[in-house]
Amino acid sequence: MNKVLMSGNHIIGEAAIRAGCRFYAGYPITPQNELTEYMAENMRNVTGGIFIQSESEIAAINMIAGSSAAGLRVMTSSSSPGISLKQEGISSMAACELPGVIVNIMRGGPGLGNIRPSQGDYFQATRGGGHGDYRTIVLAPASCQELADLTMEGFDLADKYRNPVMILADGMMGQMMEPVIFKKPKPRVYNEKFMLRGAGSGKSKFIHGLILDPIDMEEHNWKLARKYAVISKNETHYEEYKIDDAQMVLVAYGTAARIAKGAIKRLRSHGMQVGLFRPITLWPFPELQLRDLSSKIKQFLVFEMSTGQMLDDVRLALQGYADIQFHGRPGGAVPTPSELANVIAKHYKKND
Amino acid sequence: MLVKTIFSGFGGQGVLMMGISFAHSGMSKGYHVTFLPAYGAEMRGGTANCTVAIADEEIASPVASEPNNLVVMNAPSLFTFQNKITTGGSIFLNSSIVNEEPHRHDVKVFRVPCSDLAQNLGNIRVANTIMMGAFIRVSAVVTPEIYLKSLETIMGSRKKALAELNRKAFMAGFECVNET
Repeated sequence: MNKVLMSGNHIIGEAAIRAGCRFYAGYPITPQNELTEYMAENMRNVTGGIFIQSESEIAAINMIAGSSAAGLRVMTSSSSPGISLKQEGISSMAACELPGVIVNIMRGGPGLGNIRPSQGDYFQATRGGGHGDYRTIVLAPASCQELADLTMEGFDLADKYRNPVMILADGMMGQMMEPVIFKKPKPRVYNEKFMLRGAGSGKSKFIHGLILDPIDMEEHNWKLARKYAVISKNETHYEEYKIDDAQMVLVAYGTAARIAKGAIKRLRSHGMQVGLFRPITLWPFPELQLRDLSSKIKQFLVFEMSTGQMLDDVRLALQGYADIQFHGRPGGAVPTPSELANVIAKHYKKND
Repeated sequence: MLVKTIFSGFGGQGVLMMGISFAHSGMSKGYHVTFLPAYGAEMRGGTANCTVAIADEEIASPVASEPNNLVVMNAPSLFTFQNKITTGGSIFLNSSIVNEEPHRHDVKVFRVPCSDLAQNLGNIRVANTIMMGAFIRVSAVVTPEIYLKSLETIMGSRKKALAELNRKAFMAGFECVNET
């Protein structure tokens, strides 16, 4: 297999097309523009590929909802403020159980914010984001290789659970180039009975999210909840780095996790036994796996490029069994490994 | 081994191409590499820069807070980045354009008149390739052969004349510096 040097945004586009994505709609916004550009250039080279630059983010999410209902593999992408606009559509896709991949290349916020890398959309991504009782699967890559792998996996998960999947990365992941190998995508498994392709001589089919009867609506909500419980049980992914002898464990995802690894290398060269727990799925959050660590490790430090959002999930996971410290750099400021190492060193207490 | 380099200059001087081709050659040699462009609301005629990290193990941060090398194609870039370089690092100056002296005395300075050399070769646009000739020789991360192959891969093989010109330009830069 060939290794190629590509930027994160282009990698997502290439991985999506290889995974069989045949409908993409999007509206330009930095720092994800190169992804839309890549789809514009390359979607037309595959049979049945459709690219639409929509009139707005809202139009794009509704276009992919429609194409998903018609049975295509679909994707849209945007950056923070644009993702906010898509929320009604994402909620609608979750209600109608329509698979689709939504890419959020986060920028500094709130509001229009800036175009620097940030992780301020964690709450929005992991708590559903839109209205109503629903969840989206959230994948958080930390390298260009993972961008390729998780984009492909995102399509499989979306089909498997008939649910929207969000790829959550930031401007640095989108702009950075790294070598990448595109793996062979798995063949699509998706039952034709979920596709609206004209009734022909058969029975009419409906996909609708408007359920006026409260008992029916309740039943639909519980059905979704049971599905989310299965996802939580089966689809939790994480990485452990230098955990075995660690006295203190950092919890970080995406770009922050890379900086954390750099800090850990520095700290270990000074004899401090620090490890990293990196959630790869942000929802479902690897709660039980993190709690297990607290049986032997009592110091945790959450590091995010935000004012502290995943921190809540770490608190819920650890349930008071260990001390939790926090370091955050919101608004697009990217800390250096040495800055983070200094912070950690202050909190690090040697166990006797 | 971890080498971080910042390439910087005016937009249009081929600064990003220097970074991409260097990163590609590192990848060809089997190293871990990252390439991070500065992006944003840049003006035409404004500054461009990118950071390349090459290592024999997983690269943590693609940002260089203390780069080993700084390649400077114009004077503003020198002022922006010279304070960042690690002690004992190297500055590569486009001495055709940059008349100012670096104020750092704990780093090595290599002066390459690459804009002049490029004009001698008849095409100002190969100034970046000339600089890469000097840079590849001194940094010694990859061999000239690997680098030139990467450059050709990126530029595409259709333009034979361009490949030949780049090769000449690269050698001009390569020969105008000593390793030490």
